[in-house]
Amino acid sequence: MSPPVTNYLGRLLHSSLCRPLAQYKRTFATTSHLNQASDSSSSATENTTRTVTLIPGDGIGPEISHSVQKIFEAAGVPLNWESVDVTPVKAANGKFQIPRKAIESVTRNRIGLKGPLATPVGKGHQSLNLALRKQFNLFANVRPCKTLEGYQTPYSNVDLVTIRENTEGEYSGIEHTIVPGVVQSIKLITEHASSRVAEYAFLYAKQHKREKVTAVHKANIMRLSDGLFLRCCRDTAERHPEVKFEEMYLDTVCLKMVQDPTLFDVLVMPNLYGDILSDLCAGLIGGLGLTPSGNIGEGGAAIFEAVHGTAPDIAGQDKANPTALLLSGVMMLRHLHMADKGEKIEKACFDTIKDGKVLTGDLGGKSKCSEYTAEICARIKNS
Amino acid sequence: MASTLRNIRPLTNTLRHAKLNFVSSNNAAVAVSLCVEDVQHSDILDILSLSFVPGDGVGPELMLCVREVFNTLGAPVEFDEILASELLPGRSSSLTDIVASFRRNRVGMKGILTTPAIGEGGDLMSLNMKIRRALDLYANVVRIKTVPGLKLRHQNIDFIVIREQTEGEYSALEHESVRGVVESLKITTYENSKRIAKFAFDFATKFGRKKITAVHKANIMKLGDGLFLESCKEISLLYPNIELNTMIVDNTCMQLVSKPQQFDVLVCPNLYGNIVSNLAVGLVGGAGMVPGESYSADGARHPFLTGAGRNIANPTSMLLCGVNLLRYLNLDNLATRLEDALSSVIKQQKIKTRDIGGYATQQDFLRAILSRLG
Repeated sequence: MSPPVTNYLGRLLHSSLCRPLAQYKRTFATTSHLNQASDSSSSATENTTRTVTLIPGDGIGPEISHSVQKIFEAAGVPLNWESVDVTPVKAANGKFQIPRKAIESVTRNRIGLKGPLATPVGKGHQSLNLALRKQFNLFANVRPCKTLEGYQTPYSNVDLVTIRENTEGEYSGIEHTIVPGVVQSIKLITEHASSRVAEYAFLYAKQHKREKVTAVHKANIMRLSDGLFLRCCRDTAERHPEVKFEEMYLDTVCLKMVQDPTLFDVLVMPNLYGDILSDLCAGLIGGLGLTPSGNIGEGGAAIFEAVHGTAPDIAGQDKANPTALLLSGVMMLRHLHMADKGEKIEKACFDTIKDGKVLTGDLGGKSKCSEYTAEICARIKNS
Repeated sequence: MASTLRNIRPLTNTLRHAKLNFVSSNNAAVAVSLCVEDVQHSDILDILSLSFVPGDGVGPELMLCVREVFNTLGAPVEFDEILASELLPGRSSSLTDIVASFRRNRVGMKGILTTPAIGEGGDLMSLNMKIRRALDLYANVVRIKTVPGLKLRHQNIDFIVIREQTEGEYSALEHESVRGVVESLKITTYENSKRIAKFAFDFATKFGRKKITAVHKANIMKLGDGLFLESCKEISLLYPNIELNTMIVDNTCMQLVSKPQQFDVLVCPNLYGNIVSNLAVGLVGGAGMVPGESYSADGARHPFLTGAGRNIANPTSMLLCGVNLLRYLNLDNLATRLEDALSSVIKQQKIKTRDIGGYATQQDFLRAILSRLG
């Protein structure tokens, strides 16, 4: 147990001590043109065909990926898809790892779209999602939650974004049994990672014309660790005076969120809180089947994904709802500065839902995935 | 004094038999039961002492409401007031005194204590945490129920959140390994996990609940939360009539905002319990509407109870704490009278404090309740 601990800490320390703040600030500023700057193969114009890694995933993954590809094609998005399989294979050292090909593909393309992956429930197996996160240093998880017109929930006018630190905190994966019956789990908070995600949150707020960033914490209880996170947020806020900043306890946020979600704009928080809040917010607008998600890494790498499950019970039956993956794709287009195409697709998707005629089962309709896809494609072509 | 204390439980048991006395004391029919239980009746009028911590912010005024209501009800209690505050450390009683008071009285009420975000002098534990720790108040109970008459997004919610509150993330074990790197330890023990699980199953049994949901994040914290889950499963074997299922904390929150009616009893480790209970409080009208309770083990026969009110100058939550407290003392009829008065005021919708969409002041609200009790 101890060698991975020291390795992990070592790596973190190394990265936190050896990289001054200013350096990573630049790397993710406006991702797209930076990618292009560092990627000599793609020239600067907007509509150059880009290659994107597609990870269809498990269960309903392949169906909804196919649906997204069709819709993108209908919209004439200049993208090449490079489809890869990330099912772990046994490496030479006996450990299960993501196939090299997949890693090379994402490393080369820097952008990926990912369907749901089945996390093997069991012991001693590192979650694949976690592995991907670490591999590509995806430090921020971004999830916009916006009320979909036409799909009724008890909450209206929700329009907020959760930004979650994604590399450390409670998910450090460091745990041990001290004596039988006593387990110690370590939550790790570093200045490096906290400042990095805070910085990203403020940049995101500016880029997307958002007014306010709320830091969510529990520094009344975890005074040192969450205290550090909070301090980093405060410092970052000082550098971005044009964006409003407030701080709030996690429990207060939860309480207010269900009373009036319109109080919030951009929320930034450590890992576990982000996990909980982002799903909570998804619940406000109708669940994970409708919420897009993006994982932002250093150096412009980003993986956009559907965060819902693999739904093995309906896999292969043409019943799945591709909306979450499609909207993640739209987020990806915005990230790639293809916002116009993105908006066209988004509008077609929203209109289809608003119209309420062609909906998949989970949204209360009777249509198949392929019919829903065709409807969106038709709307794109008619627009 | 000590002997009186030991008598609380037997005493309150007799109250159950003498219940009618309070319901309508001027009714002739009651005389019968009075005769039968005459001896005990004189005992009943013994005054019970309550520890009483007004708390910070709006705490003191809310507690004043409780006092007035208890006086009007004629509840046989006296208030052992003790000041605790982290904002005014100089005026606060020492932890020892606070703890001694609760130990002596075995039951008490506490207003909300404000916790400064970053502690003075590097103290990692808040006063709340210290009190909990010293009294070993391991179980926190929040009863979530929609009150008729309030406009809410969800209706027909009725569940209970039970939270372990002595360990987990609230261990206050933190250190800065090197500059800019902080480690915070979350401690999960088999013993405490089993203890809270047993409490939850006992509570469910007592209140006729059928299903317990254990909230966890064992997919990530496989050992820590795994241990909590195993403990719950182990205890559930002893209660074949109550169903146990498990749910990951993020999914729980999502389900709570979309289909809160599906829950019956939730049992959570510390931090998740904090999140889930606050979220749930938001669902049924906010902090002013929901009472909290904490229990210690202490032989399981004389648990402590602390009504922890939650801010906002709506006295409902604090008065509901009073209801729960009276009921805990087996003063059921007083509890019911107060509860009825409260719900009739809320149901009428005329006098509502600001947090639940009205304009009434706390005094208006209190007067409405007192007039119904009088």
